[in-house]
Amino acid sequence: MTRILALVVKELLALLRDPRGRSVVIGPPIVQLFLFAYAATLEVSNVAVAVYDQDHGRWAQELVQRIAGSPTFTDIRSLDSARDLRRAVDTQAVIMAMQIPQDFSADIEAGRPVSLQLILDGRRSNAAQIVNGYALRIVAGINADLAAERGQAGAASVIVARNWFNPNLHYHWFTVPSLIGTIGMLVGLAVTALSIARERELGTFDQLMVSPLRPAEILVGKTLPSLLIGIVHATVFLLVATLAFGIPFTGSLVLLYASLTVYLVSVVGVGLFISSLAQTQQQAFLGAFVFIAPAILLSGFATPVENMPLWLQHFTLINPLRHFLVIVNGVFTKDMPADTVLANAWPLVVIAAVTMTAAAWLFRRRLG
Amino acid sequence: MAEAVISLADVTKRFAAAGPPAINAVTATLAAGRITGVVGPDGAGKTTLIRLMTGLLRPDGGRITVAGHDTVDAAARIHGLIGYMPQRFGLYEDLTVAENLRLYADLRGLPVAGRGPVFDRLLTFTGLVPFTRRLAGALSGGMKQKLGLACALVQTPRLLLLDEPSVGVDPISRRELWRMVRTLVGDGISVVWSTAYLDEAEDCDDVILLNEGEVLFCGAPQDLTRRVTGRTCHLSGIEARRRSVLAEAVDADTVIDGVIQGRNLRLVFRDPVAEAGRDLLAGLTGVQPAWRLDPVPPRFEDAFVDILGGGPRGRSALAAGRPAGDRMGDTVIEAKALTKRFGSFTAVDGVSFAVARGEVFGLLGPNGAGKSTTFRMLCGLLRPSGGTAGVDGFDVAATPAAARSRIGYMAQKFSLYGNLSVRQNLRFFSGVYGLRGADRQRQIDRMIDIFALAPHADAPAADLPLGFKQRLSLAAALMHDPPVLFLDEPTSGVDPITRREFWSHINGMVERGITVLVTTHFMDEAEYCDRIALIYRGREIALGSPDDLKAQARNGDLPDPSLEDAFIALVEASDAADRSAA
Repeated sequence: MTRILALVVKELLALLRDPRGRSVVIGPPIVQLFLFAYAATLEVSNVAVAVYDQDHGRWAQELVQRIAGSPTFTDIRSLDSARDLRRAVDTQAVIMAMQIPQDFSADIEAGRPVSLQLILDGRRSNAAQIVNGYALRIVAGINADLAAERGQAGAASVIVARNWFNPNLHYHWFTVPSLIGTIGMLVGLAVTALSIARERELGTFDQLMVSPLRPAEILVGKTLPSLLIGIVHATVFLLVATLAFGIPFTGSLVLLYASLTVYLVSVVGVGLFISSLAQTQQQAFLGAFVFIAPAILLSGFATPVENMPLWLQHFTLINPLRHFLVIVNGVFTKDMPADTVLANAWPLVVIAAVTMTAAAWLFRRRLG
Repeated sequence: MAEAVISLADVTKRFAAAGPPAINAVTATLAAGRITGVVGPDGAGKTTLIRLMTGLLRPDGGRITVAGHDTVDAAARIHGLIGYMPQRFGLYEDLTVAENLRLYADLRGLPVAGRGPVFDRLLTFTGLVPFTRRLAGALSGGMKQKLGLACALVQTPRLLLLDEPSVGVDPISRRELWRMVRTLVGDGISVVWSTAYLDEAEDCDDVILLNEGEVLFCGAPQDLTRRVTGRTCHLSGIEARRRSVLAEAVDADTVIDGVIQGRNLRLVFRDPVAEAGRDLLAGLTGVQPAWRLDPVPPRFEDAFVDILGGGPRGRSALAAGRPAGDRMGDTVIEAKALTKRFGSFTAVDGVSFAVARGEVFGLLGPNGAGKSTTFRMLCGLLRPSGGTAGVDGFDVAATPAAARSRIGYMAQKFSLYGNLSVRQNLRFFSGVYGLRGADRQRQIDRMIDIFALAPHADAPAADLPLGFKQRLSLAAALMHDPPVLFLDEPTSGVDPITRREFWSHINGMVERGITVLVTTHFMDEAEYCDRIALIYRGREIALGSPDDLKAQARNGDLPDPSLEDAFIALVEASDAADRSAA
């Protein structure tokens, strides 16, 4: 224990006393937090949409008004023909066109199921997906009101709607919790990937290896500080998200921290693996980069996983960030229940076990 | 005086505004057609001075002219006149020997037409003809330096600047390099050769002796050595007790410096040997009739230490705290047929030796010969492919943690945590070795006290002066009172004072039963060993005391061979035996 503690203290001191180490750990993550939250926001706003209303009834009007009332859709164009609709989407004048069929209001009044057609510009797949989500939400709102109007417990359904959704369509609500995952990965990986490589470069690694420290102790001593730093970061982000961005935290802190820990262990495992492989810090840095870029692209942070080809979707399952994003967003804004968290967390446990074992194996092998 | 090729007038260079200058008010004139040595320990400012001469650095004060051109105004003109070989080879390791040469010829704008004969001449001159297709990275240290030299010579320069050309070069290649450079001087080229090896200073025509950025001496090396003439001698007949006699001798007021040389002590007196020696012998405890003082010729290093005001004195406080050793003579380190193969290459081939308690055992050999690999197997950094390594009764491969807890290890270059403070480094190493609570604190305080680290205790280790880094490394290695100490080229490049201080600690510890294994390619360091294993091409080609090895090399041409002579003779004999076997 004394030995591991000495290692952990040394590791933290080495990082925090080094101005460069300090800047890696403290500066960029905070800058990135605000940069991503504001500049790289995934929010789609000021979107032009078109409505081809063939109904002109009460419910069609209601629907159009609700769309017009949403701050996202600032430009609503009324169309008169299917041909206009096609041209509007073709020329990218609008990202979405909604076709309201004849008898739409009549069917609703009669309690018959109705269908709406949404035509989305698939060339802008991300934005289209998001706009699609907004539109569905508006329709769902009408459904809810309808249900209320027909004499069910209206108040209850309103509460459910708030818990489940992001009614004001603030995209910070997705971006900021996700940053706990992405930036946690960046920092956790950078700190561990460089740590062993740096010691190799400085020659201190031999000094460690001739001490009575066992390889397992060295790995634990290298893992704990990164874990600690990752958790501190996550806590800072959590506070910033709730205090500065006013995002309500709805779920269980215990679940969040438990899955965060497993997630960070899996990331640190990757970092240690890279670090054992690399001879120099430069190689370690390149290795980390090779891992981070696809890990973020294939996580669902920037591009929804559902938009990827099927084989690639399967491939994303080995990406710890993909699983953690589901958990962090779910726990944060949707009060994700424990069993759902668990369903998304066990792959993390598997990934962590694999990366740590691989790191330990490679670490021992490199000593031979 | 010959025509001046470089003149420096009051040159100062600093890298940090607050810190001491790297080069402080240096004034010197370098004569044409001679080898001028820029001599001094690491950190003395040698590289800075050479880079100032090339015009790669601008002085903060003063003026430098090279062949009449100012290095600030006419750097480009100067670059046309000089050849420069930076430290750590300015070679491209992924290119072959021939490609490196071609590249340098391109960089120098050498016309393609005339290149063939130039390359042939350079390759023949440096003995690299058989290796033109080999990657530079795959060459030995000595061959790299020869290639570096060839690259610096693609266009015959008026002035050749060589920055520490002999670092990482075995004694044989070093002699060849010197021969080559002598030939160049014969052709009228002026040479500047920087080195931390004080024995090389004696081979230079002129010397600029640097210490901490200042010139201590400028002129012919013999003029410096002359100051200690008649004051140097060997004390012989003391073999078994030479370490304690040394500690006592350097404490005497009449003695300014003392080192171990094989079974003798080399002493430098404040006054001529004749009377001072008699006084010393009268003052030492337990003097035997066999003890004798014989005058020996002075060395450059003696004079250097003399200028610096003499070597450190006193006994090691570190050793004073330890109980006297018992069970001296038991085997503590044992290598049995140690073998290491990397793929098809056998780096170490069946090396065996046993080191007794209280013995200093040296592994000596050229770079790449396998001495580091042997060393790393013995301290558990490498797994042997065959044979066993034992330390203090533990098999290093079978019970690594137990064996390692018996070892103190000091790496070749400073390898503690540079951004941790002195105290934090000591805390870390004591913690790693399982010390805790009051014991741990007491041990840290003791080390800070013994090594006089208190003024620097909270400074980052990286900012310490070189000598203090050396002390800190030793303190960290000894934190847990290990019975065995592994030293990997412990004092290469450090100034002679620090080296003596370091060895006074080691000698004191050895007297008290610590066992030391040291790798070195440094003959002065090898002289401190009780026995030496000479490793060459992965095999142990000789084993014995420094004097045994010297005796093996003694012949009509070399009545009194140095350890370096012995080294070269033994390696050449081994090569000859290989050739006749093949």
